[in-house]
Amino acid sequence: MIKSIKNFGKYCLFLVQVFKRPDKWRVFFKSLIFEIDKLGVDSIPLVLIISLFIGAVICIQMTINIVSPLIPSYSTGLATREILLLEFSSTMMCLILAGKVGSNIASEIGTMRVTEQIDAMDIMGVNSANYIVLPKIIGFVLFVPVLCVLSMFFGLIGGWFIAEFTTMISVENYNYGLQSFFNEWYVWYGIIKTVVFAFIITSVAAFCGYYVKGGALEVGKASTNAVVSSSILILLADVILTKLLLQ
Amino acid sequence: MIEAKNVSKWFDGQRILYDINATFETGKTNLIIGQSGSGKTVFMKCLIGLLTPEEGEILYDGRKIRNMNNEERRQLRTEIGMLFQGSALFDNETVLGNVMFPLTMFSSLSKEEQLERAHFCIKRVGLENADKKYPSEISGGMQKRVAIARAIALNPKYLFCDEPNSGLDPKTSILIDELLSDITHEYGMTTVINTHDMNSVLGIGEKIIFINKGHCDWIGNDKNIFRAKSQSLNDFVFASKLFQEVKLVLEREVESEK
Ligand SMILES: Nc1ncnc2c1ncn2[C@@H]1O[C@H](COP(=O)(O)OP(=O)(O)O)[C@@H](O)[C@H]1O
Ligand SMILES: [Mg+2]
Repeated sequence: MIKSIKNFGKYCLFLVQVFKRPDKWRVFFKSLIFEIDKLGVDSIPLVLIISLFIGAVICIQMTINIVSPLIPSYSTGLATREILLLEFSSTMMCLILAGKVGSNIASEIGTMRVTEQIDAMDIMGVNSANYIVLPKIIGFVLFVPVLCVLSMFFGLIGGWFIAEFTTMISVENYNYGLQSFFNEWYVWYGIIKTVVFAFIITSVAAFCGYYVKGGALEVGKASTNAVVSSSILILLADVILTKLLLQ
Repeated sequence: MIEAKNVSKWFDGQRILYDINATFETGKTNLIIGQSGSGKTVFMKCLIGLLTPEEGEILYDGRKIRNMNNEERRQLRTEIGMLFQGSALFDNETVLGNVMFPLTMFSSLSKEEQLERAHFCIKRVGLENADKKYPSEISGGMQKRVAIARAIALNPKYLFCDEPNSGLDPKTSILIDELLSDITHEYGMTTVINTHDMNSVLGIGEKIIFINKGHCDWIGNDKNIFRAKSQSLNDFVFASKLFQEVKLVLEREVESEK
């Protein structure tokens, strides 16, 4: 317990280090572009594939499980849309990205630590936390809404495939369901959540990597740690944000 | 000149350094020697301020590190070049990118002048043809050279090297030693080198500080190291077969003088 409070304090101090004015803006923007490409754009294929399949599966599940004469048949499309918008495209996708992006960041920074690259920067007088971490946080936070919207869109497409190519539900029914009772705020709610989660993923992973001590083994541990801690924090933040934003 | 006064360092209640007093002279290669695990790296990290000693003072030409504010510390760091044990090159940058790094971050030169300076440093360490390669594509000796080029890019007053020739063959080690020694004399730098290699000790030991289990046991130079009275130093110096032979020869010489 005391250890986690200490760690939280250390994390806050770390963030203070990170959120300083960059030494050179030109260098910062260069690495920002690089990180957006590496952390964001490179995640698009993963997000597309997962969203397509989960969208399709949700659609099938809804059709199979909602067989009651009391519930209208268009509710399949409605439910698929709500699940994607409210939880899947934000929380679930970020949990998956925590695995990809979080472990990538933690192991990269951890390796820099154990091979003394971070010490080398400190010795030159560069604010290493700021130089390495800030572009990652800003880059991913800026790009993650794109991933979220793509995930929503392709999830719905996944459901549509089921409607189009199977006889479980008709396309008209599915489309009608998609369009009924639409609340635009839900999209914003999803985007706000992903932005917060993206911040959690990048900052926690960077923190875990930055304070690695020892060798290659500890880098592996740090990267596992990063994924576990950021996943738990994402779930916690999910509860809090849902209470705040949807009530 | 860098002075260390009564430097002591603890890690988690365990004492690593015991009251070390030493001065490192300008324009000379100053060697810190000692067995592996004796605290050389820790001492060097205290010297450059990566670690803060619990007791004692470090002075750079009279300026105490402990009393410096952030701005002064930053200023000092731009005057320091450091060569890490594992080279510590940035993996995702080319050789040129690595040498350019301190220049883009700190110098007020124009882009062309920075490139010119970087190429000059790369040429100085003899790597003209490798500037587009990545660290993983070059040999250990070349990585050390790149690290040297990066360390001298900003024309530092103080150069620190942590075991510059660990993991290198004897011939490459000697080349690296010579390069460091030449650079030191050429630019009048204060160079501090950690090593446990007797070849370097005899080759470039203009001033030698011997550390044994965190104690500074002996200070001297390559001329008088064989005649030192310190038992721990003799154990260190004459550890290998080769130097046992040397010892016999020396003893015979002393006898014939009598
Ligand atoms: N960060 C650290 N935390 C705890 N102990 C350390 C740390 N760094 C070094 N030590 C200990 O200090 C001693 C000296 O280490 P070091 O200076 O690396 O030796 P060397 O002379 O081989 O460079 C070793 O016993 C090591 O275990
Ligand atoms: Mg060492």
